[in-house]
Amino acid sequence: MSDTNYLNVDYGIRSWLLTVDHKRIALLYLGSITVMFFLGGVFALMIRLELLTPAADVVQADTYNKLFTMHGIIMVFFFLIPSIPATLGNFLVPMMIGARDLAFPRLNLASWYIFLVGALFTLWAVFTGGVDTGWTFYTPYSTVGANTKVIPAAVGIFINGFSSILTGLNFIVTIHRMRAPGLTWFRLPLFIWATYATSVIFILGTPVIAITLALVGVERAFHIGIFDPAIGGDPILFQHLFWFYSHPAVYIMILPSMGVVSELITCFARKSPFGYSFIAISSLAIAFLGFLVWGHHMFVSGQSAYASLIFSFLSFAVAIPSAVKVFNWTATLYRGSIAFQAPMLYALGFIGLFTIGGLTGLFLASLGLDVHVHDTYFVVAHFHYIMVGGALMGYLGGIHFWWPKITGRMYPETLSKIAALVVFLGFNLTFFPQFILGYLGMPRRYHVYPDEFQVLNVMSTAGASVLGLGYLLPMGYLLWSLRYGARAPANPWQATGLEWQTPSPPPTENFVVTPIVTGPAYCYAGEEAEVV
Amino acid sequence: MSDHVGTLPAATAHQFDDAVQQRDASGLGMWVFLVTEILFFGGLFTIYTVYRSLYPEAFGHASGTLDITLGAVNTAVLIGSSLTMALAVHTAQVSRNRRLVALFLCATIVLGGVFLGIKGVEYAQKFHEHHVPGPSFHYSGADAQHAELFFCLYFLMTGLHALHMVIGVGLLSVLAVMALRGRFGPSYYTPVELTGLYWHFVDIVWIFLFPLLYLVERHS
Ligand SMILES: [Cu+2]
Repeated sequence: MSDTNYLNVDYGIRSWLLTVDHKRIALLYLGSITVMFFLGGVFALMIRLELLTPAADVVQADTYNKLFTMHGIIMVFFFLIPSIPATLGNFLVPMMIGARDLAFPRLNLASWYIFLVGALFTLWAVFTGGVDTGWTFYTPYSTVGANTKVIPAAVGIFINGFSSILTGLNFIVTIHRMRAPGLTWFRLPLFIWATYATSVIFILGTPVIAITLALVGVERAFHIGIFDPAIGGDPILFQHLFWFYSHPAVYIMILPSMGVVSELITCFARKSPFGYSFIAISSLAIAFLGFLVWGHHMFVSGQSAYASLIFSFLSFAVAIPSAVKVFNWTATLYRGSIAFQAPMLYALGFIGLFTIGGLTGLFLASLGLDVHVHDTYFVVAHFHYIMVGGALMGYLGGIHFWWPKITGRMYPETLSKIAALVVFLGFNLTFFPQFILGYLGMPRRYHVYPDEFQVLNVMSTAGASVLGLGYLLPMGYLLWSLRYGARAPANPWQATGLEWQTPSPPPTENFVVTPIVTGPAYCYAGEEAEVV
Repeated sequence: MSDHVGTLPAATAHQFDDAVQQRDASGLGMWVFLVTEILFFGGLFTIYTVYRSLYPEAFGHASGTLDITLGAVNTAVLIGSSLTMALAVHTAQVSRNRRLVALFLCATIVLGGVFLGIKGVEYAQKFHEHHVPGPSFHYSGADAQHAELFFCLYFLMTGLHALHMVIGVGLLSVLAVMALRGRFGPSYYTPVELTGLYWHFVDIVWIFLFPLLYLVERHS
């Protein structure tokens, strides 16, 4: 094919670094967050290596504190939060709504540079000694206790926050103002609904973490003690502000994955989603309720028992829209003609793992049980089921699904299926034992543990190695496919959605003719026959 | 630069269908940005609320050391600057009088500068009185510990506000130059309008800051 597309239109380095094309910016993000992912992964492997034996043999306590802190900071702020929105979101939002670009393309490029600057600050902190406060930066340890690179890390996260905010702002305006003719709100793909809900959290939550971490930095640098108990400041107030963002941040990670899964399930079951509007609205409901539950991180911090009660109740309430999604996906699968392509394997894995993560979240939202498992490996396992089992599975599924559209090449199917299975098995082997460890009382954030916990820890470390392999595989074969993969047709999955109506890879302006939408999303052929 | 440049509508960016869509999108973008700003300041206002409810007497006394006259003058100056800002937007919308637009913008800049100058005088006073939190903090009133907390918040909140003012003055300076070059008129005034929104927002933040910081216990 000699047609020009967004990739071959120009090969110069300037054409990438100064691009305002949302598709290229998506790839810039993809490259940068992949680097961060593997860096965070190295820290994870070192943690698991240390925990292979009960004694301290690889690292000492100080180093271990830095390892889990750097792992958390990098994975949360520099991989998971930008992951789907900045890559697939950037690529797909304009394509799915039939627009030529995001509303503010230069702002979009600026977001990426802001991300880079934030990442560089954090890497500076990492490579000049690290941070040991935990990714949560709890005061007063982070303000008066820690003797590590807290300020550069906090500055990095602060800066990176603006990247999130600008991305969210761009999506919100684009989705409001730039939809193709006929594309009403309830004809939008579910991925767009999810991205929209995520953007709302970006807009409302990120400024709060930004100002909070700025205050931590100010307190360290100038000894102006906003959270310092010595002058009557309240360290618990920091926790409130921190979790006001950081709980919704979980939904920043999981909602886009849910959006991806909605696309994958409908496509590979060849059915329109069961209860489209319920799935769509549940995204907004999750975003809304997600702002009202932060106190469930503080049941043992001395917060008022009445506050805990309400936070506990509201945390249970978030399960409702989450369960709506799970049930609706399952109902969509029912009597669908299911094809087990690699992206679908990730999507099915997502449903299972997210369900486990979500249900164990209810354990943690229960006031009594939380006292027992608080700050144990039960919590670690729970949020990894959501953030890795959920968010990352959705991300990988989405990357595979849209890889042909993004690159114009097919990924190798068999290898990808194997990788999906390796990831699934490795993941469960890593994290399921941690539920048991936590329930038995192994606290998180310690580098040594009693001998009786070793068997489960060995299982977990073994699983982590398998999981690591599962992540290296796609890294390898996706790069391989760039050169040797089969050429992708415009719509290899016979999927609905405007992004599949344009060539793979798309031209710079996305569509040769602006599409006009005349019906709902997800009109999969042959479906009428199945309607009861 | 020839006169008719000002009459040309700015070219519609490639991603938009027409100038109306472009203007709508820019406006919505600014509103969304202001929402994030509310949350940004909201963190500080929350902290203020918590500590003030914990230590009402200390906050009342510490508030009494602020210079209410300067604060009131600054409030008036800032409200005045919002007026000149609104006039700049209005002039750009209805006329091609580039000098008048630039004049109103410059008036806003001057008023913003006056505000910052007075703020600087106040900061200097606090510095001399050793009311700046930190090692050299000294406070003769009751409950010095919690008064320091008040001054932390005073400097953080007014400092963040002043930073927004500085950014606003910078934006206005660029606009003033653009206005003189005839870039704005009834067919294209989005930057003036959006900067106006921003300026009014910063103004409104001060309208909350002034009573919260200066007028805590003035009745006694
Ligand atoms: Cu939470």
